[in-house]
Amino acid sequence: MSVDNSILSVDDVSVHFTDSGGFLGLFGERQTVRAVDGISLDIGENDVVTLIGESGCGKSTLGKAIIGAQEPTHGSITYRGQDIWEAKNSRNPDIPFSEIRRSLQIIHQDPGSALNPNQRILTSLMLPLKKWNPNLGEEERRKRVYALLERVGLTPAEDFVERFPHQLSGGEKQRVVLVRSLLLNPDVILADEAISALDVSLRVEMMDLMLELQDLFNTSYVFISHDLSNARYIAEKSGGRIAVMYLGRIVEVGPIEQVIGNPQHPYTQALKWATPNLYEGEGDDDLPIRKIDIPDPTNRPSGCHFHPRCPKAREVCETNDPGAFEDEDGHAARCFRADDTHEYWDSPSIVDD
Amino acid sequence: MRTSNQNDSDPDQDVVFEVRDLEVTFGTNRGESRVVRNVDFDIYRNETLGMVGESGSGKSMTSSALMNAVVSPGETSGEVTYYPPDGGEPISVLDLDEEELRKFRWGEVAMVFQGAMSSFNPVKKVRGHFKETLEDHNRDVEAGLERARQILGDLYLDPDRVLDSYPYELSGGMKQRALVALALILEPEVLVMDEPTAALDLLMQRSIVSLLKDLKEEYDLTIIFITHDLPLLTKLADRLVVMYAFDIVEVGSTEEILYDAAHPYTRSLLNATPDLNAPIEEMQSISGSKPDPVTNIPGCSYRPRCPMADESCAEAEPPMADRGNGHRTACFYHDDVSDEIPIPAMEAAEEGGEGE
Repeated sequence: MSVDNSILSVDDVSVHFTDSGGFLGLFGERQTVRAVDGISLDIGENDVVTLIGESGCGKSTLGKAIIGAQEPTHGSITYRGQDIWEAKNSRNPDIPFSEIRRSLQIIHQDPGSALNPNQRILTSLMLPLKKWNPNLGEEERRKRVYALLERVGLTPAEDFVERFPHQLSGGEKQRVVLVRSLLLNPDVILADEAISALDVSLRVEMMDLMLELQDLFNTSYVFISHDLSNARYIAEKSGGRIAVMYLGRIVEVGPIEQVIGNPQHPYTQALKWATPNLYEGEGDDDLPIRKIDIPDPTNRPSGCHFHPRCPKAREVCETNDPGAFEDEDGHAARCFRADDTHEYWDSPSIVDD
Repeated sequence: MRTSNQNDSDPDQDVVFEVRDLEVTFGTNRGESRVVRNVDFDIYRNETLGMVGESGSGKSMTSSALMNAVVSPGETSGEVTYYPPDGGEPISVLDLDEEELRKFRWGEVAMVFQGAMSSFNPVKKVRGHFKETLEDHNRDVEAGLERARQILGDLYLDPDRVLDSYPYELSGGMKQRALVALALILEPEVLVMDEPTAALDLLMQRSIVSLLKDLKEEYDLTIIFITHDLPLLTKLADRLVVMYAFDIVEVGSTEEILYDAAHPYTRSLLNATPDLNAPIEEMQSISGSKPDPVTNIPGCSYRPRCPMADESCAEAEPPMADRGNGHRTACFYHDDVSDEIPIPAMEAAEEGGEGE
């Protein structure tokens, strides 16, 4: 899954959360949630990677680790060859930590809480510019803000910057937040459910805008979503990849056309089933999973973590943990079924019916 | 006001709810906010009726009015008539007093809201919620709990584990399903669901929709399902009601709405809805912003955003035009809409032969 000219390299990263005991913890066992479990991923220039999965699968934690907002408990994340956490902790890194932080920006789901309600839009947009570009004069900063606001359709910019966040609609606020992160000219923007709170009729427009600005600013996106159709839209339009996460791991990754068109992992197939299309008739109402609920993340199933829900599970899946089987196009799945010669095919089924 | 010769109910249908001239208003310091405007529609017995529209289009308020549950200081006016099964005396819902309403809600019509988290009392076990509801409506508690176990099982839950849990011990999806079971405990005729799956993961959403289909058959329910998730809704609903600007702009069978939508808003909504098959180059958001409930747009309320609007649209409000088979739409140019606003995803699906 390597990419030429990668900006960010995620190498065997794990993020484990252990409850620190606390008062009640004195009496119980400590529990560990492996939110991210041994993930490797490269992000290139002008790249789009979408992360998709159910809540609790670790996609937001992975996203935060990627932009240096969450320290991994294991593995490393390097930005242009510089280990992010070494940069933070050492005196003379090749690339200072502050520059890495500026280059890696985030847009949250709720733009309302990302903007200071007591500040005019102008203040919210000028402050980060002033912090990161102290040499820029007031006039120059103002010019940049106006130009970018006009670019995203928030016009007339002179009127717009005088408003407070509560005077904007949800879509307008999200655009202001996008503008704010772009003003710093970042290399990577993490968009964590950035369009989920928008009305359906506005989502396509917001995604188009993000991609238009990508061409302009040469930015890469890590786009986190729980909605497969949105993830597919942005990945397909940008020629990007999709990574499907389940219980802390990437279970399938590859070019969008292949993952959606020819999903290898039964979990990806279930997600595809769960994303109905308008024009495809009735759809199949038989559940392609054996259990609806996600297992307890502190006590993950043995073998393949998906086996208790998997409709194709066989005995070998209960004990053996499948590695990633990758084809020549960079399409990989952690499922024995992706390997035609695996012993899985001779193993008895554990699915009754 | 939108009047039409179709104001009388379709005589071939067994109507369970008849809504006429429904208005919901709130006084605000900017003036009167009319969040539901002259809405007329019928709900047929044992159908699943889907309501779609942007947030703030009035769909939640319309459904709340079915149970006279619009919160103060909102004012509800018009007629909402409920027809009990087996030819019982019709009930005028907006004229019920407190005690009558208490019996009517849950017993006849039950409602499930978005955000199950806030519908349960956090310090009471799930079993306690079921018991309290049964006792409050003077039902046999033992028989009721047995029924609860059965419904919980139908919803892929372990009945005893769920009943013995506090709400915080259940995941969001489990709570939402427990809430559906609680809504059905008094064997209501009608189940109103307002964005019941919006806060849930897609696998859970789709699973619940599949389970609802089974529940509807098993318990002879009429379901009203409100959502902004159009693709999901088309897999469940028999008929669709499309709301825009506080009124219904189109109603018809799911097939008719998908393949022969005759209102510009409905067609633009279909074009703005991403799914896995839609051709990405053709997708388009709906330009313009949604209307303010305080302002009155003379003529057609969609006119400021409509690519087909002309002077006549400003002069009068288009009446509901009948297109046959119960398909009605409020547009003067309903015969021309399909040529003016093509739906590429539909054409692609038709060219590509039958879907899977």
